[in-house]
Amino acid sequence: LETVVYFRAQMRKDPDMASAVAAIRTLLEFLKRDKGETILGLRESLTGATDCLTGVDSSVAVSSGGELFLRFISLTSLEHQDLSRCKKVMEERGELFLEKISMSRAKVAKLCHTFIKDGAKILTHSYSRVVLRVLEKAAAEKKRFSVYVTESQPDSAGRQMADALRKLNVPVTVVLDAAVGYVLEKVDLVIVGAEGVVESGGIINKIGTYQMAVCSKAHNKPFYVVAESFKFVRLYPLNQQDVPDKFKYKADTLKTVKNLSEEHPMIDYTPPSLITLLFTDLGVLTPSAVSDELIKLYL
Amino acid sequence: MADSGVTDEPGTKDDVHRAKTEGKELSKEEKQRLRKEKKQQKKNKEKKDEKASHESEKKKNKEEKPVSAAAPASQPPTQPSTQKAPSAVPAPAPVPVPVSETPALADKPAKTKADLKAERRARQEAERASKQAATSKPKAPPNELQPVVKRLPEHVQVDNPGVLKKLAKKLERQQTPGCNAATNAKIPLRLDYGYKVSLFSHLHQYSRKAPLTQQLSIPSTVIHPAIVRLGLQYSQGIVAGSNARSVALLHAFKQVIRDYTTPPNEELSRDLVNKLKPYISFLSQCRPLSASMGNAIKYIKKEISNIPSQCKEEEAKRKLLSCIDCYIDEKIILAAKAIAKSSIEKISNGDVILVYGCSSLVNHILCEAFEKNIKFRVIVVDSRPRLEGREALRRLVQRGISCTYVLISAVSYILPEVSKVFLGAHALLANGYVMSRVGTSQIALVAKAFNVPVLVCCETYKFCERVQTDSFVSNELDDPDDLIVTRKGKTQLEHWQDVPSLGLLNLVYDVTPPDFVDLVITDLGMIPCTSVPVVLRVKNVDQ
Repeated sequence: LETVVYFRAQMRKDPDMASAVAAIRTLLEFLKRDKGETILGLRESLTGATDCLTGVDSSVAVSSGGELFLRFISLTSLEHQDLSRCKKVMEERGELFLEKISMSRAKVAKLCHTFIKDGAKILTHSYSRVVLRVLEKAAAEKKRFSVYVTESQPDSAGRQMADALRKLNVPVTVVLDAAVGYVLEKVDLVIVGAEGVVESGGIINKIGTYQMAVCSKAHNKPFYVVAESFKFVRLYPLNQQDVPDKFKYKADTLKTVKNLSEEHPMIDYTPPSLITLLFTDLGVLTPSAVSDELIKLYL
Repeated sequence: MADSGVTDEPGTKDDVHRAKTEGKELSKEEKQRLRKEKKQQKKNKEKKDEKASHESEKKKNKEEKPVSAAAPASQPPTQPSTQKAPSAVPAPAPVPVPVSETPALADKPAKTKADLKAERRARQEAERASKQAATSKPKAPPNELQPVVKRLPEHVQVDNPGVLKKLAKKLERQQTPGCNAATNAKIPLRLDYGYKVSLFSHLHQYSRKAPLTQQLSIPSTVIHPAIVRLGLQYSQGIVAGSNARSVALLHAFKQVIRDYTTPPNEELSRDLVNKLKPYISFLSQCRPLSASMGNAIKYIKKEISNIPSQCKEEEAKRKLLSCIDCYIDEKIILAAKAIAKSSIEKISNGDVILVYGCSSLVNHILCEAFEKNIKFRVIVVDSRPRLEGREALRRLVQRGISCTYVLISAVSYILPEVSKVFLGAHALLANGYVMSRVGTSQIALVAKAFNVPVLVCCETYKFCERVQTDSFVSNELDDPDDLIVTRKGKTQLEHWQDVPSLGLLNLVYDVTPPDFVDLVITDLGMIPCTSVPVVLRVKNVDQ
């Protein structure tokens, strides 16, 4: 339970940090404090801790981040006789991993801001810290652009995004979710974040993203996704129904509500055929290259 | 075509030798000089008699290890001017061209074939000399960096008479030492049957009523009886289906290995591989080899040639047998279990699953899912002339799965009911195309139009390095008489051969583009169709 407490503390401390990063920090702390005797036991308890954290915040990123963390730290030779030496190696790897992923947003921003031309009109969806970072970088490069943000019900996260953008002196307009098709003829490109990137190259993101992708395909506008590499997850949904329930709804909803069919899902799945490019800290990828990267990450 | 000479002028040899030992590529001047000298040599050596060059060719056969591909001389046989080229290149003498030469050849396409051959000969001599002289020379850069021009396989060049002659000669030559042509113990060449549709005239078309075994003489000491039986089973269609054929092949090879004894003064690792060659030619005459069989044969050959020479015969045989068992276990049986486990996650209660034809893997998956008490029903789609769907239907109904049976013409009628399509594959090509029974791409197309997800299940041992974008280039033509059907006492097409403009086309395979396939389930996990080259790369790294 102290993991949960620590996790919440981390989230509160730095609201700008991705929930997955907070989860990984928590897991690292858990590893340091763990008093297990065997490596297998350690692994199991880490998996247990990840499940625990997913129970608190059921986003895809937390589960993917946790799994990747586990993989990364065990990807080294753990042939030492002494358990404490092994643990030390794992801890060092964990710190390295954490360092790498804290740089990831900056890397993504560096890659993506060049795609925003001067005078561009951008459409984005809901509140994404990565997209915010990208737009910050573009504004810092003295580019002039304006942004349309969807309101993104049911939690009106889009308004939060609009406030943040106003602070950067970027002209921003909040539009209704239903007005996406109406607005698309005015925009030049669409940039969204992702909660998870799946094996097929598609993304899982706030509900309304799929609609936006379909409309932008119909209007032939490029649809860009920005995501860090720790969001890559080993799921392969075939359609909207195939996304597991534990990601679709908030963790509290899953625990309290009996009949899930009356609840509204919080995320949807966008298939890779609608996505033009993905900007990650591993580089600029086409959707079909995501599987290649995933195989490299997980194998 | 006269063979150019084998002996080098000492000056050129030294230069090439020097360049090779230094590990550098031949510089431009040296290449030009070489070319001029080859031209000179060619003029001199044209007067030499054929026998001398033929002997040297045979010598090369014995000395050099067989290397597949990499004969730089061929250009597509559609160019009539170069049609003589494939016939000029001796077929069973696979020329292991040092790869550093292909750039030299690539920038002078105007040279004649004789020139190229002369050059190759000269360079081989130089290389052999340098190998004997120098201890270690830095190897030529790996194959992937150079543009290697591959030779087209003979089974897609049937309309090229030169290639056919070459094949006949090759079959004659594949005899065990000790037999000579006089005893007639050779692998017969199967003749094509009936009029072939012009688009497919480059493929073989055999008749089932004329099996290859009728032309074999008794006793035929060349071919092991297990292989003869296997060939007959293939050509009559008794053993059909990619997995079944591979497993039968491996079992037959196991029998061959059990009955094998090393002749005196021969090494098991080399002799056994040579023994297998005529068997493989025989089997490919009975029915063209499938991609899975090709990969299995590659594996066996590799295992055999990796046997250390000091290994005793009994132990070597035991090792080989266990290798083969291991291969079957891992790549086929365990892979099927892994694939079934992944696929069951994709089958949910209330699903309506469409399958086509009879794929052993898909049937296995459905039976496993049924064991796990998932409630689903199956629609089996079938097509003439093979009507394989009936076999699949029989197997599924026996388990108690509720099935519907339709013909492929009703696919667009039934697809609105379907929630998923499961397809088997014969092979997965390197560009992501799926090669499967004819009709599969049609089903994938209609499913895409109805937005129904299409899942292909395929073990990794069926992945092959070939690239194909259409079903014409490389395919198999089955017996055209299969299309003849008797209804109400009348057989309409009985005398199709008498009508000069009528051709019957009985295709066996077709290729499905990766845009129509949503997911490929392999024993390595679930991957999108475009990631097949990644898996091939990972596999090559493993080996």
